[in-house]
Amino acid sequence: MTTDFAIEPIKTLMRRWLRERLSPRGNEWLNGKLAQLAADPSDRNLFLAFGAVPRFVGKEPLSLTPHDLADADGLRKGWNPAAWTTDQAARVLLLLSVPHDHPEKYLRTLNGLFAAAEVNELTALYLSLPLLPHPELHRARASEGFRTNMNVVFNAIALDNPYPAEYLDEGAWNQMVLKTIFIGSPLHRIYGLDQRTNLSLARTLSDFAHERWAAGRPVPYELWRCIGPFIDEGFLPDVERVFDTGNETEQQAIALACSRSRNNAAYELLKRRRPDLAEKISNGEFTWEKLT
Amino acid sequence: MNNLLFIDPHAHMTSRTTDDYEAMRNAGVVALIEPAFWLGQPRTEPGTFKDYYSSLVGWERFRAGQFGIRHYCTIGLNSRESNNEPLAEQVMELLPLFAAKEGVVGIGEIGYDDQTAAEDKYFRLQLELARELELPVQIHTPHRDKKRGTSRSMDVCVEHGIDPGMVIIDHNNEETVKEVLERGFWAAFSIYPKTKMGNERMAQIVRQYGPDRIMVNSACDWGISQPLAVPMTAALMLERGIPVEHIRAVTYSNALAAFGQSGQIREEDWMNAMDVDQREKFNGNSILRGGQEPKVEKRNPNVIE
Repeated sequence: MTTDFAIEPIKTLMRRWLRERLSPRGNEWLNGKLAQLAADPSDRNLFLAFGAVPRFVGKEPLSLTPHDLADADGLRKGWNPAAWTTDQAARVLLLLSVPHDHPEKYLRTLNGLFAAAEVNELTALYLSLPLLPHPELHRARASEGFRTNMNVVFNAIALDNPYPAEYLDEGAWNQMVLKTIFIGSPLHRIYGLDQRTNLSLARTLSDFAHERWAAGRPVPYELWRCIGPFIDEGFLPDVERVFDTGNETEQQAIALACSRSRNNAAYELLKRRRPDLAEKISNGEFTWEKLT
Repeated sequence: MNNLLFIDPHAHMTSRTTDDYEAMRNAGVVALIEPAFWLGQPRTEPGTFKDYYSSLVGWERFRAGQFGIRHYCTIGLNSRESNNEPLAEQVMELLPLFAAKEGVVGIGEIGYDDQTAAEDKYFRLQLELARELELPVQIHTPHRDKKRGTSRSMDVCVEHGIDPGMVIIDHNNEETVKEVLERGFWAAFSIYPKTKMGNERMAQIVRQYGPDRIMVNSACDWGISQPLAVPMTAALMLERGIPVEHIRAVTYSNALAAFGQSGQIREEDWMNAMDVDQREKFNGNSILRGGQEPKVEKRNPNVIE
């Protein structure tokens, strides 16, 4: 599921976005730093520039147009900077502007930045994952990242980011999805969610739902999306329970899940319990996109 | 209390609990500054310093934000641990990595403890770093031989060409305040039970010297200390008839003016961002424990849901 992409056009695009948005002082500073890194790409120059970014380029939303976002996706499939800010774009641009011909050296430089990063720096570093050269070298970093306790940092890796779906193995992927649900982040913003769901994840999520029920706490309805394709007789009691006790949103979610099941029993149950939803789903009127 | 907001410009929050954050926010503390200090026993490896500095700009900042409090810090090598010279050399190399970061409002807390030659050496090197980065300096004055140590700290700042207006002299008392103010430095007071200052004495100092260039902090840490010292002192000063404008100066605006010279702390940081803070705190996303909900109202104090 990995994607090939070229770094130079991505840098050119980000420079254009920043040029159009930064103050003259901000542009002058950024151009100066990029020139300095081109002449002397030392760690010291990178670290100081990386840290000082917000002071000079601000932290304003990029507010990209649908056209800009299409440009981004065209250069690197899945890259979605819709929520990026000026400081994040400038920091990622700096990361792409130091030499990376020697993977080990490049990784050492990145590790140095990660080790001393503050919250906003960490966020920018993880946002950069899908654009970094040598993508296969950053798997451990991504897994390390979602062990964080800071939701902004976690979301930078897990949401709107194609890297995890492309490079994480099943165990790490499942941990990420589970933690996304656990902390209440929106599951539908995980790139490749439907493609990478799996039986092991479905079982874990069912266990999680049972724990929540035992504790008398709500079960996030998006969880059923990952379980849907694997619903078989074993999962049917869960489905019955949601039809029996769930609110309308939860019932809609379990209905959508049943419609994705490869097992006929789930679909029969859906038709029996909520014929109205079964019909809307089968004729395409009701989808996960509509629900979330 | 008269809609007063507070800044605690000296609080070691890594040693405190979430209950403290909650109580501080409820009492009106909107921002605080955590000076880098020692941890109660000397560290022996540079890596532990790096992780400590990293936590000050990372996890602790995030943790404070969950309670609607903006967290800033000062970065430095404290005087006690300056005495381990081989280690101090390595820590000095780490400082530039952190000192220029967002939300770092000064070099601190640095200065003298036993007033040894090693302490003097690293104090001076850090003053040079502060000058190079144009950052304020937060100075810890010694517990023992305080008066002379305080004078000496100021002499050394002047010797290194640091503008007294960029220097906050901390842990003052009745014996040191006069000289500090006369020489044009900022005078900070730690309201710390038993060992430093009490707040009755503090009210008397503000009455005597007025509010200019004076600020109050808690210096709360891992010892017996009071994280609500700033709001409590404000309340006491109000009871003692100190004008509200003077109270506001010593518990809020003076700290903002002094550390604001870093360009890294601005009133807009909390005035405009409160909605975000509340959402961060209360939507349950932020404290990454599944199912925790905001405690808006406690029904039965013995029930843990």
